[in-house]
Amino acid sequence: MSAQAFQKIYTKISQITKATCSLNATGVGYDELAVIDGRLAQVVKIAGNQVTLQVFRGTNGIPTNAEVVFLGKAPSLKVSDELAGRFFNAYGDPIDGGAPIEGQEVEIGGPSVNPVRRKQPSELIATGIAGIDLNNTLVSGQKIPFFADPDQPFNQVMATVAMRAKADKIILGGMGMTNDDYLYFKNVFSAAGALDRIVSFMNTTEDPAVERLLVPDMALTAAEYFAVQKNEKVLVLLSDMTSYADALAIVSNRMDQIPSKDSMPGSLYSDLAKIYEKAVQFPTGGSITIIAVTTLSGGDITHAVPDNTGYITEGQLFLRRDSDVGKVIVDPFRSLSRLKQLVNGKKTRKDHPQVMNAAVRLYADAANAKTKLENGFDLTDYDERTLSFAKDYSEKLLAIDVNLDTTEMLDVTWGLFAKYFTPQEVNIKAEIIDTYWPKEK
Amino acid sequence: MATKGVVNGVIANMVTLKVDGPVSQNEICYIETGGDKLMSEVIKVVGDSVYVQVFESTRGLKVGAPAEFAGHMLEVTLGPGMLSHNYDGLQNDLDKMTGVFLKRGQYTYPLDNDKLWHFVPLCKAGDKVAHSAWLGEVEENFQKLKIMTPFTLQGEWTIKSIAGEGDYRVIDNIAVLENDKGETMDLNMIQKWPVKIPMVNYAVKPRPFKLLETGVRSIDTLNPIVEGGTGFIPGPFGTGKTVLQHAISKQAEADIVIIAACGERANEVVEIFTEFPELDDPHTGRKLMERTIIIANTSNMPVAAREASVYTAMSIAEYYRSMGLKVLLMADSTSRWAQALREMSNRMEELPGPDAFPMDISSIIANFYGRAGYVELNNGKTGSITFIGTVSPAGGNLKEPVTENTKKVARCFYALEQERADKKRYPAINPIDSYSKYLDYPEFDEYIQEHINGDWIDKVNELKTRLLRGKEIAEQINILGDDGVPVDYHITFWKSELIDYAILQQDAFDDVDAVTPLRRQETIVNRVIDICRAEFKFEGFLEVIDYFKKLINVCKQINYCEFESDNYNKYNKELDALVMERKIS
Repeated sequence: MSAQAFQKIYTKISQITKATCSLNATGVGYDELAVIDGRLAQVVKIAGNQVTLQVFRGTNGIPTNAEVVFLGKAPSLKVSDELAGRFFNAYGDPIDGGAPIEGQEVEIGGPSVNPVRRKQPSELIATGIAGIDLNNTLVSGQKIPFFADPDQPFNQVMATVAMRAKADKIILGGMGMTNDDYLYFKNVFSAAGALDRIVSFMNTTEDPAVERLLVPDMALTAAEYFAVQKNEKVLVLLSDMTSYADALAIVSNRMDQIPSKDSMPGSLYSDLAKIYEKAVQFPTGGSITIIAVTTLSGGDITHAVPDNTGYITEGQLFLRRDSDVGKVIVDPFRSLSRLKQLVNGKKTRKDHPQVMNAAVRLYADAANAKTKLENGFDLTDYDERTLSFAKDYSEKLLAIDVNLDTTEMLDVTWGLFAKYFTPQEVNIKAEIIDTYWPKEK
Repeated sequence: MATKGVVNGVIANMVTLKVDGPVSQNEICYIETGGDKLMSEVIKVVGDSVYVQVFESTRGLKVGAPAEFAGHMLEVTLGPGMLSHNYDGLQNDLDKMTGVFLKRGQYTYPLDNDKLWHFVPLCKAGDKVAHSAWLGEVEENFQKLKIMTPFTLQGEWTIKSIAGEGDYRVIDNIAVLENDKGETMDLNMIQKWPVKIPMVNYAVKPRPFKLLETGVRSIDTLNPIVEGGTGFIPGPFGTGKTVLQHAISKQAEADIVIIAACGERANEVVEIFTEFPELDDPHTGRKLMERTIIIANTSNMPVAAREASVYTAMSIAEYYRSMGLKVLLMADSTSRWAQALREMSNRMEELPGPDAFPMDISSIIANFYGRAGYVELNNGKTGSITFIGTVSPAGGNLKEPVTENTKKVARCFYALEQERADKKRYPAINPIDSYSKYLDYPEFDEYIQEHINGDWIDKVNELKTRLLRGKEIAEQINILGDDGVPVDYHITFWKSELIDYAILQQDAFDDVDAVTPLRRQETIVNRVIDICRAEFKFEGFLEVIDYFKKLINVCKQINYCEFESDNYNKYNKELDALVMERKIS
């Protein structure tokens, strides 16, 4: 983007910090874009004639007499069907060597959906992973993050979910993603022959941090185009939202705002909610589902970023390495999908909710038995059986390499119940036991 | 002439204006930009500079944009026609808005001025009336709503004329008042009220004492809330705050339920929109939506309106209380409201209090909870607002300013616990940390003795003691091992587990178990207490575990059966037989 004819050019910058520049200017709108010394910037504060700009690429080398031109519009994206199959940077400019997109220019970070115009999500998204489909079923229009330590294979799981979910479009928003992971996604998508369904907005670790503030809004503006205009089911992948929050903290720090918990800005909740709440089921059939990643530091979910995220999203998924079976599993205790009851037992077999709860309860008993064992106490026969059950359950259902449909998952669980327990021990409604308890052959 | 101003500065939703005349704190003004009028509220005045918080996005707003002051504070418009409506935090009717997306500067009228209401007068010409007097009534969704004299009316007035029974619109004149100076006043069915001012239009506010049934066993039995009481539900995310709130709002025995979805997920509001019109009110058999009003300011809607939303909801509740109705107000979540205050305080560069919240957060919370209550009106009738707020403590840590300050003022505390939620023991209300101060009220004791039975409170306290004892023993068993404690300890522990499984745990998604009427709660409490008081004979702890698991299983089956149905009776017999097997006295 460059200056056009007849635009007023300012050349006197009065203040420069690491991320912002201030100058005297008139007729400037809040949130408006400007170009300063060839770099894109956005108005973040107006006080009389003094306008403060946040420079996305950083202010390194900007002279006080740099040329500043205001563009008279907020950050925007040109949307059309041409977006499909393309890779962009945080500004929405192509980075795949292709031609710029022609289409309608839409301001990003647009208004929210009127809550009374939303439809209750009710379509199951099958992933084949039992730790998700059985225990934490995903529903279209849901927003859910993976809470994971940086060393866990969240990007691989996310890519698997994206490929198996039957989405019309997959929009990948990368914030501070390593270049290697970016190439990994690109390879997975192209190997699956899915490139024509992908739109990608990428800010890698090689790009300036503040730029990534634009990525979620860019991705979601594209998603809204396909979901609203084309009634498509859109899956948005955002990785990693902790990097996004770090960028927010940098900007708020430069603006001299008083930090709240963990040096994060006081508005963190609202900032994150504005992004996640774009997940929606429209009555016309289109939907936006958001699967994000929030990296944790040493599994600490009380840090401001995972904590605020947990209050906004409809559940969270935890990955954990189970040392007993040597596989990465979806943790059944800490993971939760809040929308699962909209489909469990309704779109899936009716024994689903009870089977799921009973299995997790028995798995919890196994965890208690394990504590007893570690503390050197004798185990009861029941304890021994729960431990064997837990091992099978981890291996055959919770592991992320499982690929079953939900009915198969339920049958496998019933099989495990019958192998290790009596019907009284699983605490399930009698009529369901009567129907589904495996009969002796 | 209205005061005017021009924009002089913008930071996010805080705007500074230069003004040319008098303004008052909290006055409403409208800033014009690009053809939209943005509603704002004055939050600070310094000379001719006025700081306002804008209830909308300020994108594109420029220095020099004109603003006009409205001359009043943020108000609600009250009248018949609000039930089953969905409003935003500023009482705009969301259903009247056009388009899928919310448009900036779109304000819609909360009432319907064309609809006819069948008015029945309750007064006659010549009657003397003061403020908030009941002039007549109309029926909305099978509720009798009162049409009242203005809440702000000063002194005593005489009814000069009043409309006869018939159909009128809310804007039609239904009465004329005259005072002793000969001044007259025309009244219609509409009232306006500034939301941030408490409506103190009642005679006295006695201590509340009547149980408010919610059908949730761990509330009604263990820590009951009363009509006009206050309670709060703190809990980390994922512990079932929202499910519990929805259960209470579905099942509580109230005339009017107002749900303020304050800075929470839009899909949760959608769940209410979708389900409530289908669900029956367990007390009247009518549809739940008919008694419900939703104030939705979801987390992605403008932050300043989030603060307004809880006040809007409270003012509407006060309006219905003035009619002598039982109102239940739920706010999910008050933490989001406090965060909205924090965001503004930060932008105004005020010195921060604990966790960067504003210094006066404690008095703001206390004053808000103080607006709830059971009241006697000037005409001797009673009305109530029961208020239950949820709190979302950062990091699940209850030692944070919003939780601590709420704990000082709310009388019931329902602590949701991560550990219980992880074990899928729902509702995850910790039975030991939670409390209801109403259990200590002699007024409540007297009421419960008349309605349930004489030694109810003793039984409740016995349950609590047994749960505490069970928890202590569980810790000892963890340290000493199953063999390291006497068999008696195992029996005591498993009796507390029976209380947990049969009374505390409740399946909110099961048609029968979701709601337990008081009489059924009494039955199950008596059964469980009888078992707990009985002596059993066991050879070893394995027998104890095995036996109590069987008891628990039968009790759960009972909870799943329709009350006093054939299956219910069958399982009860099974339970009797099972108890007799081992009981020695």
